[in-house]
Amino acid sequence: MSTVAASTQFQSAEAPRTFKAAIVMGVFALVVFVAFGVFGKPDNVTFQWSKPDDVIHIPDFIVGSSLVGLAIGAILILIAAIVAVNASRRRRNPQWISLIFGFFAIIALLAWLAAGNAVPFAFILGNAIVLAVPIALGAMGGIMSERVGVVNIAIEGQLLTGAFLAAVVGSLTDSLLLGLVAAMVGAALLSMVLAAFAIKYLVDQIIVGVVLNVLVLGVTNFLYSQWLANDGERSNFPGTFDITPIPFLSDIPIIGPALFENRLTTYLAFIIIPVLWFFLFKTKLGLRARAVGEHPLAADTVGINVARTRFWWVTLGGVVAGLGGAALTIGSVGAFGRGMSGGQGFIALAVVILGRWHPFYAAAAALLFGFSIILRVWANQVSPGIPTDFITMVPYLVTLIAVVGFVGRVRAPAADGQPYIKG
Amino acid sequence: MKLELRGITKRFGTLVANDNINLVVKPGEIHSLLGENGAGKSTLMNVLYGLYAADGGEILLDDVVQNFKGPGDAMAAGIGMVHQHFMLIPVFTVAENVVLGNEPTSALGVLNLDEARKRVREISDRFGFDIDPDALVEDLPVGSQQRVEIIKALARNAKVLVLDEPTAVLTPQETDELMGIMRDLAKAGTSIVFITHKLREVQAVADRITVIRLGAVVGEAKPTDSAGSLATLMVGREVDLNVHKSKVSLGSSGLRVSGLTVVGDRHTKVVDDVSFDVRGGEILAIAGVQGNGQTELAEALVGLRTPSAGSIHLGELDITHSSVREVIDAGVGYIPEDRKKDGLVGDFTVAENFMLNKSYAPPFAKGISIDFANRDRLSDELISDFDVRTPGRETLAKQLSGGNQQKVVVARELSRDLSLLIASQPTRGVDVGSIEFIHEQIVATRDAGKPVVIISTELDEVTALADRIAVMYRGRIIGIVDGKESREKLGKMMAGVAV
Repeated sequence: MSTVAASTQFQSAEAPRTFKAAIVMGVFALVVFVAFGVFGKPDNVTFQWSKPDDVIHIPDFIVGSSLVGLAIGAILILIAAIVAVNASRRRRNPQWISLIFGFFAIIALLAWLAAGNAVPFAFILGNAIVLAVPIALGAMGGIMSERVGVVNIAIEGQLLTGAFLAAVVGSLTDSLLLGLVAAMVGAALLSMVLAAFAIKYLVDQIIVGVVLNVLVLGVTNFLYSQWLANDGERSNFPGTFDITPIPFLSDIPIIGPALFENRLTTYLAFIIIPVLWFFLFKTKLGLRARAVGEHPLAADTVGINVARTRFWWVTLGGVVAGLGGAALTIGSVGAFGRGMSGGQGFIALAVVILGRWHPFYAAAAALLFGFSIILRVWANQVSPGIPTDFITMVPYLVTLIAVVGFVGRVRAPAADGQPYIKG
Repeated sequence: MKLELRGITKRFGTLVANDNINLVVKPGEIHSLLGENGAGKSTLMNVLYGLYAADGGEILLDDVVQNFKGPGDAMAAGIGMVHQHFMLIPVFTVAENVVLGNEPTSALGVLNLDEARKRVREISDRFGFDIDPDALVEDLPVGSQQRVEIIKALARNAKVLVLDEPTAVLTPQETDELMGIMRDLAKAGTSIVFITHKLREVQAVADRITVIRLGAVVGEAKPTDSAGSLATLMVGREVDLNVHKSKVSLGSSGLRVSGLTVVGDRHTKVVDDVSFDVRGGEILAIAGVQGNGQTELAEALVGLRTPSAGSIHLGELDITHSSVREVIDAGVGYIPEDRKKDGLVGDFTVAENFMLNKSYAPPFAKGISIDFANRDRLSDELISDFDVRTPGRETLAKQLSGGNQQKVVVARELSRDLSLLIASQPTRGVDVGSIEFIHEQIVATRDAGKPVVIISTELDEVTALADRIAVMYRGRIIGIVDGKESREKLGKMMAGVAV
């Protein structure tokens, strides 16, 4: 018997002739070329690679803003043309092409915004990372849950729980570490509720998740207005973890300060993301977890306890998401605010999908969202005339391009969201 | 290893799926469990495998009573199972699937995939399986996937191997190879329980046969017993295994398909330049192993898929790009291959299912409302004409047995004035009594001078019904032969050998 692969089972694959990506890229390229180049601003823009006090100082790069627009616009038009040619020859475009496209488009935008001003790379990158941490950790929790087949809509609630408990417990006990632990335990308990309802009682996972979100929002709002608002000094003033530079590594130009001058919560995220990847794809437990999320009956027939596997992965996912919540308070602003997760849990949900249920891709997607937040803040400072809503939109448009590049190749765990009912 | 089941009883609500079943399988024996669809064979094996908890009785291995709480216990005790629907993770590699649940690890639970590959290669080489440990399971043809299942069981040192309807997805050649593997395994000391409803296979490979009917053991048989007596034991009455067809003069206009090409979900040509004619009063059977484009061909014929090239003519009418409703209005009856997914709405009543394809027109509709009186009268007629065993027309379709569900579909499609009948797997998962009835109805449609296309992976069904046989392989029609062609030649064609 032959072992011909099914994908080659039929006559020659007929790749679809789709110009979607080429058209979207072409439009963007023209916008950059015309708006940032031809009608761009003549003032100079300063690209600051490093701060003046850095150990290794790279000189600033000064160039005309409209010149950058013209140059990058031309590069983008070239990329769009390559993509179009590939499409017409029915050849697949490599995924990294859209990443390169997005990278150049963002540089052009920065140069346009900062005309007559400076682009502080270390500042933007560093803040993007800090802002991405809660989203990324929320997404890691989501991945852990969805990889075993439980859709976790309650990431938002877990972030909020983590943020609240970290602030309050940290403040009352005067120990940030206890606050961190409380955040993880609290969010894990919330996960257990989701797991129990979804796995044991087979309640629709989406409904349980939505209810949990509403519940947490209501409870924390209530406690905030009735208690924290009046007693903030004692119960909502935990402070934040210290910023701890890592020797030597933090001296690397450009990325050093952004990556290695951070708070504990950020470092934990740096550790958790690769560790999760390792566990999912390199260990026995990860293999079993993925089996449960793909084909629970098959997992059951080889003696894997589906319910138990799902329960613990969902619960541990809550621990990670709770950590993300703590990053919002004691890892960043140092106090709890009403509904302070502000939809980041839902963004994390999107990040899980955009990141294809993979820790590294999801982390990259989270970084994109972190970048969009800091971009709004920074753009407001350097170009006060431009509507910030418009600026905020740009990274999402970049995301759109990325998604156009990825479309059709995203596949969720096969049993995601499906309860497993034993015979 | 000797396996013994004593008084196994399993109930689902009021339904007794297994009633006090006794079974002894000796070491190194191929023991066939013969029974119709729904006789309770799979339930029994799921009890043995620890997937279901029995309501009574005990399982003994080498005369020691076992107490399985789950499949893990059964496997540890030496029972392996190849399920009818493969228990493989499509996105995992062969090696990952084989070791899942029993993974070789180095420190800290890190997977040792080299060791996993070695285990696969060892067993694969021993039995000549030719399986690449690093291939993704979803890329393998079903025959290879089944071998992965066997490797999976053997890698866990299975001493008793249960094969649940293993030949359903195989070509005749692959079936022969599987039987060779079963004999090799038995010779090496493995006890084999071979579950099937196919008499031919039982006679070919079994050492002993236990026949199950309606959840109870009805007797033992020898492989030398005649097919007729085995069938009688299995069904509980005399069965006529032959289909009777009268000679019919062929009409002129029928279905004419030329150069039909369909691009499938994965952007491959799943139907590739297919041409054939079917005249009135003729049954053309499309044979072939599952997944060679038959499903897509049928869907293209009825307007569910848009062909990328070629044409479909029904008499003088071009229906290549017609909508499903236009195809229905042109008089095409369609029995889809999966009645639960495409043939019926399980949560609708029998009467509602009867009106699915004509819900918008008389006699079922009167203006914008349903003509209930007419519908109920017609439903009762269809129920009696097509012998649908149901408490009544208001019973939900999902509560009927597989055979009766299929009769509902057949009744709905055949009760119209047809110009063409397309029947895809018309008797899959249907009891022998219903098979006889449905075959009679299909032949009657042909005898009435209508063109009929049946699509079937069951060679027995194809040879019983067809006037001509077209064999599909990898999206192409590899040849069209007479309905009396030999099984050997058909089997070769199904494996892609043009004759």
